[in-house]
Amino acid sequence: MNGIKRILGILWIVIGIASITALIYSAATNINTAHGDIGKPLPWLIIILVFTPIAVGLVIFGYYSLKGEYDGEIKT
Amino acid sequence: MPTAPEKGIWKIITASSVGTLIEWYDFYIFGSLSTIIAAKFFPSENPTAALLSTLATFAAGFIVRPFGALVFGRLGDLIGRKYTFLLTLILMGTSTFLIGLVPTYESIGALAPILVLVLRLVQGLALGGEYGGAATYVAEHSPAHRRGYYTSWIQTTATLGLFLSLGVILSIRRIMGVEDFENGNGWRFPFLLSIVLVIVSIFIRLKMSESPLFAKLKSEGKTSVNPIKESFGNKLNFKMVLLALFGATMGQGVIWYTGQFYAQSFLLTKCFIDYEQANSIILIALVIATPFFIIFGALSDKWGRKNIMMVGMLLGVLLYRPIFQQLLNLSDTSKRTVTEQTSNVVQSTVFASASDTTTLKKFDDGSELKMVSHANPKGEHEIKKTLILDTTSKWKMIFLIAVMVLFVTMVYGPIAAFLVEMFPTKIRYTSMSLPYHIGNGIFGGLVPFIATLITTIPGSNALSGLWYPIIVAALCFIIGSLYLSNKMDKDVTD
Repeated sequence: MNGIKRILGILWIVIGIASITALIYSAATNINTAHGDIGKPLPWLIIILVFTPIAVGLVIFGYYSLKGEYDGEIKT
Repeated sequence: MPTAPEKGIWKIITASSVGTLIEWYDFYIFGSLSTIIAAKFFPSENPTAALLSTLATFAAGFIVRPFGALVFGRLGDLIGRKYTFLLTLILMGTSTFLIGLVPTYESIGALAPILVLVLRLVQGLALGGEYGGAATYVAEHSPAHRRGYYTSWIQTTATLGLFLSLGVILSIRRIMGVEDFENGNGWRFPFLLSIVLVIVSIFIRLKMSESPLFAKLKSEGKTSVNPIKESFGNKLNFKMVLLALFGATMGQGVIWYTGQFYAQSFLLTKCFIDYEQANSIILIALVIATPFFIIFGALSDKWGRKNIMMVGMLLGVLLYRPIFQQLLNLSDTSKRTVTEQTSNVVQSTVFASASDTTTLKKFDDGSELKMVSHANPKGEHEIKKTLILDTTSKWKMIFLIAVMVLFVTMVYGPIAAFLVEMFPTKIRYTSMSLPYHIGNGIFGGLVPFIATLITTIPGSNALSGLWYPIIVAALCFIIGSLYLSNKMDKDVTD
Protein backbone atom coordinates (compact mmCIF):
# COMPACT_ATOMS: atom_id res chain seq x y z
CA MET A 1 0.00 0.00 0.00
CA ASN A 2 2.81 2.40 0.83
CA GLY A 3 4.30 1.78 -2.60
CA ILE A 4 1.01 2.64 -4.31
CA LYS A 5 0.68 5.83 -2.23
CA ARG A 6 4.17 6.90 -3.23
CA ILE A 7 3.62 6.19 -6.93
CA LEU A 8 0.30 8.02 -6.85
CA GLY A 9 2.16 11.00 -5.41
CA ILE A 10 3.47 11.59 -8.93
CA LEU A 11 -0.08 11.52 -10.26
CA TRP A 12 -1.26 14.13 -7.73
CA ILE A 13 1.63 16.40 -8.71
CA VAL A 14 0.75 15.98 -12.39
CA ILE A 15 -2.96 16.59 -11.78
CA GLY A 16 -2.19 19.71 -9.72
CA ILE A 17 -0.04 21.19 -12.46
CA ALA A 18 -2.33 19.99 -15.28
CA SER A 19 -5.50 21.38 -13.71
CA ILE A 20 -4.22 24.92 -13.30
CA THR A 21 -2.55 24.81 -16.74
CA ALA A 22 -5.80 23.63 -18.32
CA LEU A 23 -7.72 26.41 -16.59
CA ILE A 24 -5.33 29.11 -17.76
CA TYR A 25 -5.29 27.68 -21.29
CA SER A 26 -9.10 27.50 -21.38
CA ALA A 27 -9.35 31.06 -20.13
CA ALA A 28 -6.90 32.29 -22.78
CA THR A 29 -8.76 30.54 -25.59
CA ASN A 30 -12.27 31.43 -24.47
CA ILE A 31 -12.11 35.00 -23.17
CA ASN A 32 -13.47 37.47 -25.72
CA THR A 33 -14.63 34.73 -28.07
CA ALA A 34 -18.23 33.97 -28.94
CA HIS A 35 -18.85 31.31 -26.33
CA GLY A 36 -21.43 33.07 -24.17
CA ASP A 37 -20.60 33.20 -20.47
CA ILE A 38 -17.23 31.54 -20.81
CA GLY A 39 -16.14 34.39 -23.07
CA LYS A 40 -16.26 36.81 -20.14
CA PRO A 41 -13.06 37.42 -18.17
CA LEU A 42 -14.50 37.80 -14.65
CA PRO A 43 -15.60 34.19 -14.06
CA TRP A 44 -12.24 32.93 -15.28
CA LEU A 45 -10.36 35.38 -13.09
CA ILE A 46 -12.28 34.23 -10.02
CA ILE A 47 -11.81 30.55 -10.79
CA ILE A 48 -8.08 30.82 -11.52
CA LEU A 49 -7.50 32.98 -8.46
CA VAL A 50 -9.25 30.45 -6.28
CA PHE A 51 -7.85 27.26 -7.78
CA THR A 52 -4.20 28.29 -7.98
CA PRO A 53 -3.43 27.83 -4.26
CA ILE A 54 -5.50 24.65 -4.25
CA ALA A 55 -3.53 23.26 -7.19
CA VAL A 56 -0.31 24.16 -5.36
CA GLY A 57 -1.70 22.33 -2.33
CA LEU A 58 -2.33 19.24 -4.44
CA VAL A 59 1.23 19.36 -5.76
CA ILE A 60 2.56 19.59 -2.17
CA PHE A 61 0.26 16.72 -1.18
CA GLY A 62 1.70 14.69 -4.06
CA TYR A 63 5.23 15.58 -3.06
CA TYR A 64 4.65 14.51 0.56
CA SER A 65 3.06 11.34 -0.70
CA LEU A 66 6.00 10.61 -3.00
CA LYS A 67 8.41 11.17 -0.12
CA GLY A 68 6.55 8.62 2.01
CA GLU A 69 5.14 11.16 4.47
CA TYR A 70 1.76 9.40 4.32
CA ASP A 71 3.14 5.88 4.74
CA GLY A 72 1.52 3.70 7.34
CA GLU A 73 -1.90 3.98 8.90
CA ILE A 74 -3.43 7.40 9.36
CA LYS A 75 -6.18 7.37 11.96
CA THR A 76 -9.21 9.57 11.50
CA MET B 1 -12.13 13.49 29.23
CA PRO B 2 -14.75 15.87 30.68
CA THR B 3 -18.00 15.44 28.82
CA ALA B 4 -21.43 16.88 29.42
CA PRO B 5 -24.05 14.69 31.10
CA GLU B 6 -26.72 13.30 28.77
CA LYS B 7 -29.23 16.04 29.64
CA GLY B 8 -26.64 18.80 29.29
CA ILE B 9 -25.44 17.67 25.89
CA TRP B 10 -28.87 18.28 24.37
CA LYS B 11 -28.84 21.88 25.58
CA ILE B 12 -25.43 22.27 23.98
CA ILE B 13 -26.55 20.68 20.73
CA THR B 14 -29.71 22.78 20.59
CA ALA B 15 -27.93 26.05 21.30
CA SER B 16 -25.21 25.31 18.75
CA SER B 17 -27.51 23.92 16.08
CA VAL B 18 -30.12 26.68 16.18
CA GLY B 19 -27.48 29.36 15.62
CA THR B 20 -25.79 27.42 12.85
CA LEU B 21 -29.12 26.73 11.18
CA ILE B 22 -29.94 30.44 11.19
CA GLU B 23 -26.57 31.27 9.67
CA TRP B 24 -27.21 28.81 6.85
CA TYR B 25 -30.68 30.27 6.38
CA ASP B 26 -29.17 33.75 6.11
CA PHE B 27 -26.63 32.60 3.58
CA TYR B 28 -29.10 30.71 1.40
CA ILE B 29 -31.82 33.31 1.02
CA PHE B 30 -29.39 35.48 -0.91
CA GLY B 31 -28.66 32.62 -3.33
CA SER B 32 -32.31 31.63 -3.64
CA LEU B 33 -33.31 35.21 -4.45
CA SER B 34 -30.34 35.93 -6.72
CA THR B 35 -32.48 36.65 -9.79
CA ILE B 36 -34.57 39.23 -7.91
CA ILE B 37 -31.46 40.74 -6.31
CA ALA B 38 -29.88 41.04 -9.76
CA ALA B 39 -32.85 43.03 -10.99
CA LYS B 40 -32.93 45.28 -7.90
CA PHE B 41 -29.26 45.99 -7.31
CA PHE B 42 -27.47 45.74 -10.61
CA PRO B 43 -27.99 47.76 -13.80
CA SER B 44 -31.10 46.36 -15.41
CA GLU B 45 -30.38 47.31 -19.03
CA ASN B 46 -28.60 44.03 -19.60
CA PRO B 47 -30.22 41.20 -17.61
CA THR B 48 -27.40 38.77 -18.37
CA ALA B 49 -24.80 41.17 -17.06
CA ALA B 50 -26.91 41.76 -13.98
CA LEU B 51 -27.29 38.04 -13.38
CA LEU B 52 -23.58 37.46 -13.85
CA SER B 53 -22.80 40.26 -11.45
CA THR B 54 -24.90 38.54 -8.87
CA LEU B 55 -23.29 35.22 -9.66
CA ALA B 56 -19.94 36.88 -9.10
CA THR B 57 -21.27 38.24 -5.82
CA PHE B 58 -22.51 34.75 -4.97
CA ALA B 59 -19.12 33.27 -5.79
CA ALA B 60 -17.43 36.00 -3.79
CA GLY B 61 -19.59 35.00 -0.87
CA PHE B 62 -18.26 31.51 -1.11
CA ILE B 63 -14.68 32.47 -1.80
CA VAL B 64 -14.41 34.57 1.34
CA ARG B 65 -15.59 31.66 3.45
CA PRO B 66 -12.08 30.15 3.71
CA PHE B 67 -10.81 33.53 4.85
CA GLY B 68 -13.54 33.60 7.48
CA ALA B 69 -12.39 30.15 8.55
CA LEU B 70 -8.88 31.51 9.11
CA VAL B 71 -9.92 34.73 10.83
CA PHE B 72 -12.48 33.23 13.19
CA GLY B 73 -10.70 29.89 13.52
CA ARG B 74 -7.68 31.77 14.85
CA LEU B 75 -9.90 33.75 17.19
CA GLY B 76 -11.63 30.58 18.39
CA ASP B 77 -8.31 28.95 19.22
CA LEU B 78 -7.09 32.10 20.97
CA ILE B 79 -10.06 33.40 22.98
CA GLY B 80 -12.41 30.43 22.93
CA ARG B 81 -15.18 28.75 20.97
CA LYS B 82 -18.15 30.35 22.71
CA TYR B 83 -17.42 34.02 22.08
CA THR B 84 -16.15 33.42 18.58
CA PHE B 85 -19.24 31.72 17.25
CA LEU B 86 -21.36 34.24 19.10
CA LEU B 87 -19.56 36.94 17.12
CA THR B 88 -20.07 35.14 13.79
CA LEU B 89 -23.78 34.89 14.55
CA ILE B 90 -24.06 38.63 15.25
CA LEU B 91 -22.16 39.49 12.06
CA MET B 92 -24.26 37.17 9.94
CA GLY B 93 -27.59 38.33 11.36
CA THR B 94 -26.75 42.01 11.07
CA SER B 95 -25.48 41.80 7.49
CA THR B 96 -28.50 39.77 6.40
CA PHE B 97 -30.89 42.22 8.01
CA LEU B 98 -29.10 45.15 6.37
CA ILE B 99 -29.33 43.55 2.90
CA GLY B 100 -33.08 43.71 3.40
CA LEU B 101 -32.82 47.45 4.00
CA VAL B 102 -30.49 48.52 1.16
CA PRO B 103 -32.28 50.83 -1.31
CA THR B 104 -32.36 49.61 -4.90
CA TYR B 105 -30.07 50.67 -7.75
CA GLU B 106 -32.85 52.84 -9.12
CA SER B 107 -32.93 54.80 -5.85
CA ILE B 108 -29.26 55.31 -4.96
CA GLY B 109 -27.35 54.19 -8.04
CA ALA B 110 -24.01 52.40 -7.86
CA LEU B 111 -23.88 52.54 -4.06
CA ALA B 112 -26.60 49.87 -3.91
CA PRO B 113 -24.62 47.00 -5.51
CA ILE B 114 -21.50 48.05 -3.59
CA LEU B 115 -23.36 47.85 -0.27
CA VAL B 116 -24.88 44.50 -1.18
CA LEU B 117 -21.50 43.14 -2.21
CA VAL B 118 -19.87 44.28 1.07
CA LEU B 119 -22.68 42.78 3.16
CA ARG B 120 -22.47 39.56 1.18
CA LEU B 121 -18.74 39.40 1.91
CA VAL B 122 -19.44 39.84 5.63
CA GLN B 123 -21.96 36.99 5.39
CA GLY B 124 -19.32 34.76 3.81
CA LEU B 125 -16.77 35.66 6.47
CA ALA B 126 -19.21 34.93 9.27
CA LEU B 127 -20.24 31.60 7.80
CA GLY B 128 -16.57 30.68 7.49
CA GLY B 129 -16.20 31.07 11.23
CA GLU B 130 -19.44 29.53 12.38
CA TYR B 131 -19.34 25.89 11.41
CA GLY B 132 -15.92 25.01 12.82
CA GLY B 133 -16.88 26.57 16.12
CA ALA B 134 -20.20 24.78 16.41
CA ALA B 135 -18.79 21.40 15.39
CA THR B 136 -15.79 21.73 17.70
CA TYR B 137 -17.94 22.93 20.58
CA VAL B 138 -20.34 20.00 20.37
CA ALA B 139 -17.57 17.45 19.76
CA GLU B 140 -15.59 18.67 22.75
CA HIS B 141 -18.63 18.11 24.97
CA SER B 142 -19.45 14.67 23.53
CA PRO B 143 -18.45 11.26 24.87
CA ALA B 144 -16.04 9.49 22.52
CA HIS B 145 -18.36 6.59 21.68
CA ARG B 146 -21.20 8.91 20.54
CA ARG B 147 -19.27 11.76 18.95
CA GLY B 148 -20.46 10.97 15.45
CA TYR B 149 -24.06 10.85 16.61
CA TYR B 150 -24.01 14.11 18.57
CA THR B 151 -22.09 16.12 15.99
CA SER B 152 -24.39 14.87 13.24
CA TRP B 153 -27.09 17.16 14.66
CA ILE B 154 -24.89 20.09 13.66
CA GLN B 155 -24.65 18.46 10.22
CA THR B 156 -28.40 18.64 9.73
CA THR B 157 -28.36 22.43 10.07
CA ALA B 158 -27.04 23.18 6.60
CA THR B 159 -29.84 21.21 4.95
CA LEU B 160 -32.47 22.46 7.41
CA GLY B 161 -31.24 26.01 6.72
CA LEU B 162 -31.90 25.43 3.03
CA PHE B 163 -35.28 23.95 3.91
CA LEU B 164 -36.14 26.94 6.10
CA SER B 165 -35.04 29.47 3.48
CA LEU B 166 -37.08 27.81 0.73
CA GLY B 167 -40.05 27.45 3.06
CA VAL B 168 -39.96 31.11 4.14
CA ILE B 169 -39.52 32.35 0.56
CA LEU B 170 -42.36 30.19 -0.79
CA SER B 171 -44.66 31.16 2.10
CA ILE B 172 -44.08 34.90 1.78
CA ARG B 173 -44.35 34.63 -2.01
CA ARG B 174 -47.70 32.90 -1.64
CA ILE B 175 -49.03 35.27 1.04
CA MET B 176 -48.03 38.45 -0.79
CA GLY B 177 -48.49 37.23 -4.34
CA VAL B 178 -45.75 36.77 -6.94
CA GLU B 179 -46.07 40.34 -8.25
CA ASP B 180 -45.64 42.02 -4.85
CA PHE B 181 -42.91 39.61 -3.86
CA GLU B 182 -40.79 40.08 -6.96
CA ASN B 183 -41.55 43.63 -8.02
CA GLY B 184 -42.57 45.17 -4.70
CA ASN B 185 -40.79 44.81 -1.36
CA GLY B 186 -41.91 41.27 -0.55
CA TRP B 187 -38.46 39.82 -1.27
CA ARG B 188 -37.05 41.92 1.58
CA PHE B 189 -39.00 40.08 4.30
CA PRO B 190 -36.92 36.86 4.32
CA PHE B 191 -33.85 39.06 4.97
CA LEU B 192 -35.55 41.18 7.62
CA LEU B 193 -36.92 38.11 9.39
CA SER B 194 -33.35 37.04 10.08
CA ILE B 195 -32.87 39.60 12.84
CA VAL B 196 -35.62 38.02 14.94
CA LEU B 197 -34.14 34.55 14.55
CA VAL B 198 -30.65 35.81 15.34
CA ILE B 199 -31.70 37.66 18.50
CA VAL B 200 -33.35 34.49 19.81
CA SER B 201 -30.24 32.50 19.00
CA ILE B 202 -27.89 35.01 20.60
CA PHE B 203 -29.98 34.89 23.76
CA ILE B 204 -29.65 31.08 23.81
CA ARG B 205 -25.93 31.10 23.10
CA LEU B 206 -25.13 33.69 25.75
CA LYS B 207 -26.19 31.17 28.38
CA MET B 208 -23.70 28.59 27.18
CA SER B 209 -20.39 27.95 28.89
CA GLU B 210 -17.01 27.49 27.23
CA SER B 211 -15.92 24.12 25.83
CA PRO B 212 -14.45 22.08 28.72
CA LEU B 213 -11.38 21.07 26.70
CA PHE B 214 -10.59 24.61 25.67
CA ALA B 215 -11.29 25.93 29.19
CA LYS B 216 -8.84 23.36 30.58
CA LEU B 217 -6.15 24.32 28.07
CA LYS B 218 -6.65 27.97 28.87
CA SER B 219 -6.48 27.45 32.63
CA GLU B 220 -3.21 25.56 32.14
CA GLY B 221 -1.86 28.29 29.85
CA LYS B 222 -1.45 25.80 27.00
CA THR B 223 -3.49 27.53 24.29
CA SER B 224 -1.80 28.26 21.00
CA VAL B 225 0.00 31.58 20.63
CA ASN B 226 -0.25 31.55 16.84
CA PRO B 227 -2.87 29.04 15.63
CA ILE B 228 -2.41 29.82 11.93
CA LYS B 229 1.34 29.27 12.08
CA GLU B 230 0.91 26.08 14.09
CA SER B 231 -1.82 24.81 11.77
CA PHE B 232 -0.14 25.43 8.45
CA GLY B 233 3.51 26.11 9.32
CA ASN B 234 3.87 22.86 11.23
CA LYS B 235 4.53 20.15 8.64
CA LEU B 236 2.90 17.38 10.65
CA ASN B 237 -0.34 19.30 10.98
CA PHE B 238 -0.24 20.76 7.47
CA LYS B 239 -0.05 17.24 6.05
CA MET B 240 -3.26 16.43 7.87
CA VAL B 241 -4.92 19.62 6.57
CA LEU B 242 -4.06 18.59 2.99
CA LEU B 243 -5.31 15.06 3.61
CA ALA B 244 -8.56 16.34 5.12
CA LEU B 245 -9.08 18.54 2.06
CA PHE B 246 -8.18 16.17 -0.76
CA GLY B 247 -9.29 12.95 0.93
CA ALA B 248 -12.59 14.11 2.39
CA THR B 249 -13.95 17.65 2.22
CA MET B 250 -13.29 18.23 -1.49
CA GLY B 251 -15.51 15.30 -2.47
CA GLN B 252 -17.99 15.98 0.30
CA GLY B 253 -18.39 19.56 -0.93
CA VAL B 254 -19.28 18.63 -4.51
CA ILE B 255 -21.61 15.82 -3.44
CA TRP B 256 -23.34 18.22 -1.09
CA TYR B 257 -23.91 20.92 -3.68
CA THR B 258 -24.80 18.65 -6.55
CA GLY B 259 -27.43 16.76 -4.58
CA GLN B 260 -29.19 19.89 -3.39
CA PHE B 261 -28.35 23.11 -5.22
CA TYR B 262 -27.43 21.80 -8.65
CA ALA B 263 -30.44 19.52 -8.56
CA GLN B 264 -32.66 22.50 -7.77
CA SER B 265 -31.16 24.57 -10.58
CA PHE B 266 -31.42 21.60 -12.96
CA LEU B 267 -35.15 21.22 -12.31
CA LEU B 268 -35.71 24.89 -13.08
CA THR B 269 -33.40 25.47 -16.04
CA LYS B 270 -33.09 22.08 -17.78
CA CYS B 271 -36.37 20.39 -16.90
CA PHE B 272 -38.36 23.68 -16.98
CA ILE B 273 -40.33 22.68 -13.90
CA ASP B 274 -42.61 25.36 -12.47
CA TYR B 275 -40.86 27.40 -9.73
CA GLU B 276 -43.18 26.41 -6.91
CA GLN B 277 -43.36 22.77 -7.93
CA ALA B 278 -39.57 22.51 -8.32
CA ASN B 279 -38.98 23.95 -4.87
CA SER B 280 -41.68 21.81 -3.30
CA ILE B 281 -39.99 18.73 -4.83
CA ILE B 282 -36.71 19.78 -3.20
CA LEU B 283 -38.42 20.55 0.11
CA ILE B 284 -40.14 17.16 0.34
CA ALA B 285 -36.95 15.33 -0.66
CA LEU B 286 -35.05 17.19 2.07
CA VAL B 287 -37.65 16.22 4.66
CA ILE B 288 -37.43 12.56 3.64
CA ALA B 289 -33.64 12.39 3.64
CA THR B 290 -32.63 14.70 6.51
CA PRO B 291 -33.00 12.08 9.33
CA PHE B 292 -30.25 10.10 7.62
CA PHE B 293 -27.67 12.72 8.69
CA ILE B 294 -28.29 11.48 12.23
CA ILE B 295 -28.45 7.82 11.20
CA PHE B 296 -25.15 7.90 9.33
CA GLY B 297 -23.56 10.06 12.03
CA ALA B 298 -24.53 7.45 14.62
CA LEU B 299 -23.44 4.58 12.38
CA SER B 300 -20.05 6.23 11.93
CA ASP B 301 -19.46 5.64 15.67
CA LYS B 302 -19.71 1.92 14.94
CA TRP B 303 -18.52 1.51 11.36
CA GLY B 304 -15.96 4.32 11.23
CA ARG B 305 -16.21 7.73 9.54
CA LYS B 306 -14.24 6.95 6.42
CA ASN B 307 -16.17 3.94 5.14
CA ILE B 308 -19.52 5.73 5.18
CA MET B 309 -18.19 8.88 3.56
CA MET B 310 -16.41 6.97 0.80
CA VAL B 311 -19.52 4.92 -0.04
CA GLY B 312 -21.51 8.16 -0.34
CA MET B 313 -18.93 9.61 -2.70
CA LEU B 314 -18.75 6.48 -4.83
CA LEU B 315 -22.53 6.35 -5.18
CA GLY B 316 -22.53 9.95 -6.38
CA VAL B 317 -19.79 9.24 -8.92
CA LEU B 318 -21.60 6.19 -10.31
CA LEU B 319 -25.21 7.36 -10.17
CA TYR B 320 -25.31 11.09 -10.87
CA ARG B 321 -25.58 10.78 -14.64
CA PRO B 322 -28.30 8.09 -14.61
CA ILE B 323 -30.28 10.03 -11.99
CA PHE B 324 -30.08 13.36 -13.80
CA GLN B 325 -30.91 11.62 -17.10
CA GLN B 326 -34.00 10.22 -15.41
CA LEU B 327 -34.96 13.73 -14.26
CA LEU B 328 -34.75 14.86 -17.88
CA ASN B 329 -36.83 11.90 -19.05
CA LEU B 330 -39.55 12.67 -16.52
CA SER B 331 -39.82 16.23 -17.81
CA ASP B 332 -39.85 15.20 -21.48
CA THR B 333 -43.29 16.05 -22.90
CA SER B 334 -42.65 14.71 -26.40
CA LYS B 335 -43.91 11.23 -25.48
CA ARG B 336 -47.02 12.46 -23.71
CA THR B 337 -50.37 12.71 -25.50
CA VAL B 338 -51.90 16.19 -25.76
CA THR B 339 -55.54 16.22 -24.70
CA GLU B 340 -56.14 19.95 -24.90
CA GLN B 341 -54.30 22.87 -26.45
CA THR B 342 -55.13 26.58 -26.27
CA SER B 343 -53.29 29.59 -27.62
CA ASN B 344 -53.63 33.22 -26.70
CA VAL B 345 -52.04 35.94 -28.84
CA VAL B 346 -51.45 39.44 -27.46
CA GLN B 347 -49.60 42.44 -28.86
CA SER B 348 -45.96 42.45 -27.78
CA THR B 349 -45.04 45.05 -25.18
CA VAL B 350 -41.59 45.26 -26.74
CA PHE B 351 -42.30 45.52 -30.45
CA ALA B 352 -45.49 46.87 -31.91
CA SER B 353 -45.06 44.72 -35.00
CA ALA B 354 -44.57 41.55 -32.98
CA SER B 355 -46.93 39.55 -30.82
CA ASP B 356 -46.53 37.38 -27.71
CA THR B 357 -48.13 33.96 -27.89
CA THR B 358 -49.04 31.89 -24.85
CA THR B 359 -49.73 28.23 -25.58
CA LEU B 360 -51.08 25.91 -22.92
CA LYS B 361 -50.92 22.16 -23.50
CA LYS B 362 -52.63 19.66 -21.25
CA PHE B 363 -51.52 16.03 -21.38
CA ASP B 364 -53.30 12.77 -20.72
CA ASP B 365 -51.37 12.13 -17.50
CA GLY B 366 -52.44 15.46 -15.98
CA SER B 367 -49.26 17.41 -16.61
CA GLU B 368 -49.40 20.88 -18.16
CA LEU B 369 -46.94 22.76 -20.33
CA LYS B 370 -47.10 26.51 -20.71
CA MET B 371 -45.05 28.08 -23.50
CA VAL B 372 -44.73 31.83 -23.82
CA SER B 373 -43.23 33.08 -27.08
CA HIS B 374 -41.97 36.59 -26.40
CA ALA B 375 -40.29 39.14 -28.68
CA ASN B 376 -36.89 40.17 -27.33
CA PRO B 377 -35.31 43.62 -27.95
CA LYS B 378 -33.73 42.29 -31.18
CA GLY B 379 -37.17 41.37 -32.47
CA GLU B 380 -36.45 37.65 -32.17
CA HIS B 381 -38.89 35.33 -30.43
CA GLU B 382 -37.78 33.62 -27.22
CA ILE B 383 -39.78 30.72 -25.85
CA LYS B 384 -40.12 30.33 -22.10
CA LYS B 385 -41.39 26.92 -20.98
CA THR B 386 -42.98 26.08 -17.65
CA LEU B 387 -43.94 22.50 -16.90
CA ILE B 388 -46.25 21.39 -14.13
CA LEU B 389 -45.77 17.66 -13.65
CA ASP B 390 -48.44 15.08 -12.99
CA THR B 391 -48.48 13.55 -9.51
CA THR B 392 -46.69 10.30 -10.46
CA SER B 393 -43.82 12.07 -12.21
CA LYS B 394 -43.55 14.55 -9.36
CA TRP B 395 -43.14 11.77 -6.79
CA LYS B 396 -40.61 10.00 -8.99
CA MET B 397 -38.61 13.22 -9.04
CA ILE B 398 -38.92 13.57 -5.27
CA PHE B 399 -37.58 10.02 -4.93
CA LEU B 400 -34.61 10.73 -7.21
CA ILE B 401 -33.71 13.95 -5.39
CA ALA B 402 -34.12 12.22 -2.01
CA VAL B 403 -31.68 9.52 -3.18
CA MET B 404 -29.14 12.22 -4.03
CA VAL B 405 -29.67 13.89 -0.65
CA LEU B 406 -29.11 10.46 0.89
CA PHE B 407 -25.62 10.47 -0.67
CA VAL B 408 -25.19 13.90 0.91
CA THR B 409 -26.11 12.54 4.33
CA MET B 410 -23.51 9.77 3.95
CA VAL B 411 -20.64 12.10 3.18
CA TYR B 412 -21.76 14.95 5.42
CA GLY B 413 -23.22 13.23 8.49
CA PRO B 414 -19.91 11.91 9.89
CA ILE B 415 -17.59 14.68 8.70
CA ALA B 416 -17.70 16.94 11.76
CA ALA B 417 -16.52 14.11 14.02
CA PHE B 418 -14.00 13.09 11.37
CA LEU B 419 -12.44 16.58 11.21
CA VAL B 420 -12.49 17.16 14.96
CA GLU B 421 -10.63 13.89 15.55
CA MET B 422 -7.91 14.80 13.05
CA PHE B 423 -6.59 17.87 14.86
CA PRO B 424 -5.37 18.77 18.38
CA THR B 425 -7.51 20.92 20.69
CA LYS B 426 -5.31 24.01 20.71
CA ILE B 427 -5.49 24.52 16.92
CA ARG B 428 -8.62 22.50 16.15
CA TYR B 429 -10.91 25.40 15.25
CA THR B 430 -8.43 26.82 12.72
CA SER B 431 -7.22 23.52 11.31
CA MET B 432 -10.62 21.95 10.67
CA SER B 433 -12.35 25.12 9.46
CA LEU B 434 -10.07 25.78 6.50
CA PRO B 435 -10.31 22.40 4.71
CA TYR B 436 -14.03 22.31 5.42
CA HIS B 437 -14.66 25.69 3.83
CA ILE B 438 -12.32 25.13 0.89
CA GLY B 439 -14.10 21.85 0.23
CA ASN B 440 -17.59 23.25 0.59
CA GLY B 441 -17.13 26.89 -0.30
CA ILE B 442 -14.81 26.54 -3.26
CA PHE B 443 -15.14 23.01 -4.65
CA GLY B 444 -18.80 22.76 -3.72
CA GLY B 445 -19.85 26.37 -4.10
CA LEU B 446 -18.58 26.56 -7.63
CA VAL B 447 -20.46 23.46 -8.84
CA PRO B 448 -23.27 25.45 -10.49
CA PHE B 449 -20.85 27.99 -11.89
CA ILE B 450 -18.39 25.56 -13.47
CA ALA B 451 -21.15 23.20 -14.52
CA THR B 452 -22.85 26.07 -16.33
CA LEU B 453 -19.58 26.99 -18.00
CA ILE B 454 -19.09 23.40 -19.16
CA THR B 455 -22.56 23.26 -20.67
CA THR B 456 -21.78 26.32 -22.80
CA ILE B 457 -18.92 24.48 -24.54
CA PRO B 458 -19.93 23.41 -28.06
CA GLY B 459 -20.94 19.76 -28.24
CA SER B 460 -22.00 19.59 -24.62
CA ASN B 461 -25.45 18.55 -23.45
CA ALA B 462 -27.63 19.08 -20.41
CA LEU B 463 -25.67 16.49 -18.43
CA SER B 464 -22.16 17.65 -19.31
CA GLY B 465 -21.97 19.95 -16.30
CA LEU B 466 -22.01 16.89 -14.06
CA TRP B 467 -18.47 15.98 -15.09
CA TYR B 468 -17.07 18.53 -12.67
CA PRO B 469 -18.58 17.05 -9.48
CA ILE B 470 -18.08 13.50 -10.76
CA ILE B 471 -14.35 13.97 -11.43
CA VAL B 472 -13.72 15.84 -8.17
CA ALA B 473 -15.64 13.25 -6.13
CA ALA B 474 -13.85 10.38 -7.90
CA LEU B 475 -10.45 11.91 -7.17
CA CYS B 476 -11.39 12.43 -3.53
CA PHE B 477 -12.71 8.87 -3.29
CA ILE B 478 -9.38 7.46 -4.50
CA ILE B 479 -7.32 9.62 -2.13
CA GLY B 480 -9.63 9.02 0.84
CA SER B 481 -9.81 5.27 0.27
CA LEU B 482 -6.05 4.83 -0.02
CA TYR B 483 -4.67 7.35 2.45
CA LEU B 484 -7.20 7.45 5.28
CA SER B 485 -7.69 4.76 7.86
CA ASN B 486 -11.12 3.81 9.07
CA LYS B 487 -9.90 3.68 12.68
CA MET B 488 -11.10 6.55 14.82
CA ASP B 489 -8.99 8.64 17.16
CA LYS B 490 -11.31 8.53 20.14
CA ASP B 491 -9.17 10.76 22.31
CA VAL B 492 -9.64 14.39 21.32
CA THR B 493 -8.04 15.80 24.47
CA ASP B 494 -4.61 16.01 22.81
